[in-house]
Amino acid sequence: MTSGRLIVELTVLVLAIFVGFEVISKVPTLLHTPLMSGTNAIHGIVLVGAIVVAGLPDQATWIRIVALAAVALGTMNVVGGFVVTDRMLEMFKKRAAAPPAREAPSSSRQER
Amino acid sequence: MSRQDAISLAYLAAIVSFVLALRFLSSPTTARLGNWLGAGGMAVAIAATLAQRGLDHHVSILVVMLVSAPVGAFAARSVKMTAMPQMVALFNGVGGGAAALIGLAEFHDQAPEPGRIAFNVGLSTVLSALIGSISFAGSLVAFAKLQELVSGRPITYPGQKLGNGLLIAAAAGVGIAILAGPQEDGLLIGVIAGAALFGVLFVLPIGGADMPVVISLLNALTGLAAAATGFVLHNNVLIVSGALVGASGTLLTLLMGRAMNRSIGNVLFGAFGQVAAGPAAAAAAGTDGQAVRSAGPEDVAIMLAYAKRVVIVPGYGMAVAQAQHAVRELADQLEHGGVDVRYAIHPVAGRMPGHMNVLLAEANVPYPQLHELEEINPEFPRTDVALVIGANDVTNPAARTSPASPIYGMPILDVDRAATIVVLKRGMSPGFAGIDNELYLDPKTVMLFGDAKDSVTRLVAAVKAL
Repeated sequence: MTSGRLIVELTVLVLAIFVGFEVISKVPTLLHTPLMSGTNAIHGIVLVGAIVVAGLPDQATWIRIVALAAVALGTMNVVGGFVVTDRMLEMFKKRAAAPPAREAPSSSRQER
Repeated sequence: MSRQDAISLAYLAAIVSFVLALRFLSSPTTARLGNWLGAGGMAVAIAATLAQRGLDHHVSILVVMLVSAPVGAFAARSVKMTAMPQMVALFNGVGGGAAALIGLAEFHDQAPEPGRIAFNVGLSTVLSALIGSISFAGSLVAFAKLQELVSGRPITYPGQKLGNGLLIAAAAGVGIAILAGPQEDGLLIGVIAGAALFGVLFVLPIGGADMPVVISLLNALTGLAAAATGFVLHNNVLIVSGALVGASGTLLTLLMGRAMNRSIGNVLFGAFGQVAAGPAAAAAAGTDGQAVRSAGPEDVAIMLAYAKRVVIVPGYGMAVAQAQHAVRELADQLEHGGVDVRYAIHPVAGRMPGHMNVLLAEANVPYPQLHELEEINPEFPRTDVALVIGANDVTNPAARTSPASPIYGMPILDVDRAATIVVLKRGMSPGFAGIDNELYLDPKTVMLFGDAKDSVTRLVAAVKAL
């Protein structure tokens, strides 16, 4: 393990945190629940790690069981997370009716 | 291009899709597309991982995935919108648990004999186990509280903070010991167990109304745990995704804290609302001496139907009673009669960030009618009726006027500035913060007692009958 690799990984981490703050600060409070649930689905990426570990050859049985348990949790996290988020987002509608209350507030929400 | 390069490029594509998914969440019109994009990126990342050279045991991995995917999908499909905070907490915990297990498995794999793990890998392994485990256990307790398997009230006992502090210090201490020398599975299991216990004890004393903060924080922790596993496995997609989630959770945590005008430390360690758990305080609250004006649905219906402008202020009470559809029906009736109806949403109304928005969206309320605190507060002086449905602390004028109040300084919805205030409430009990609401004693206020759904349904009928 070279320290060069660690530095590169740290760089990636720090830059990703900045990107995260930047992108997420533009999410309106209206969508904070889908944001939580969407990021929940994204951290389901641990499934990738779980697969890697579960797929290592020559492992003790108990370790394989632990890793496969992680695969199960990760899969539920990914599938459930995206499905729940989609269900929520499907509901957010901008109805054609109620004309006066419509445009003004939505534009002011975009301003920031 | 080698296979490894192709896999790395697939991971990059996944990273881009996640960032875009979050970017598309900035508007409700693009958000759904963004979510699918994120799901697509996830599928690409998983497929790439399965194609990795040297990966073994594909069959058992695929079988486990094929069995657990429908479980997640079924849970996600069947959960009621009112139970969404629990669901979010549960999925969050599941991700944290996976991160902790990965840490454990990888630790065993890398430490064939003590003293062989490089420091940085050891550190990230310990961190993913520690943080993942806290997040797992904490989320499960949050789930239990939201599902009301455990009391939503803060649970406190003497020496709680000291005990929790010692516990986490011990878990971290064992983690450091692992780094320093004896790299044994048993020690890491000890760290995981200690962290899990800490997660439970840490969330127990936090009251129901502070759940938006806790859920956001646990979300951030799971993100960090995922990033830590990325360091263990030298995998960029894990690092970046974990960082994105960590940033998101942290930002939401801070926003929620600000919306309550309390420091995160106060929320997490203050056991807010425990005063109210004292038996006498709750029983006697607000009823003695001063007169509370209560009215029947017919009277309130007249006020509403002849108003020019009505602002509806929903709170957790609406969620508990599942009254959102009835509320929408009432709003439709009023709009039909030419009344201008809007909704005022406090950032911490409910049990998770944006809770009210989701419930009202479920009831087909068009989102342009939902207004944030800063937008709607200047409108209250021009509002004829403020209809408070199951909201309490977020409307308490004491936050503006009484420096002695525990919620002093918290931004509130200024419903007391409306011409008339109608409060739908089950009884005179105080809110989760355990504080009397002087709004109820205001001469402009009328109380309509009862379950929120019943009351609103009766209002709909009364408005129709006019």
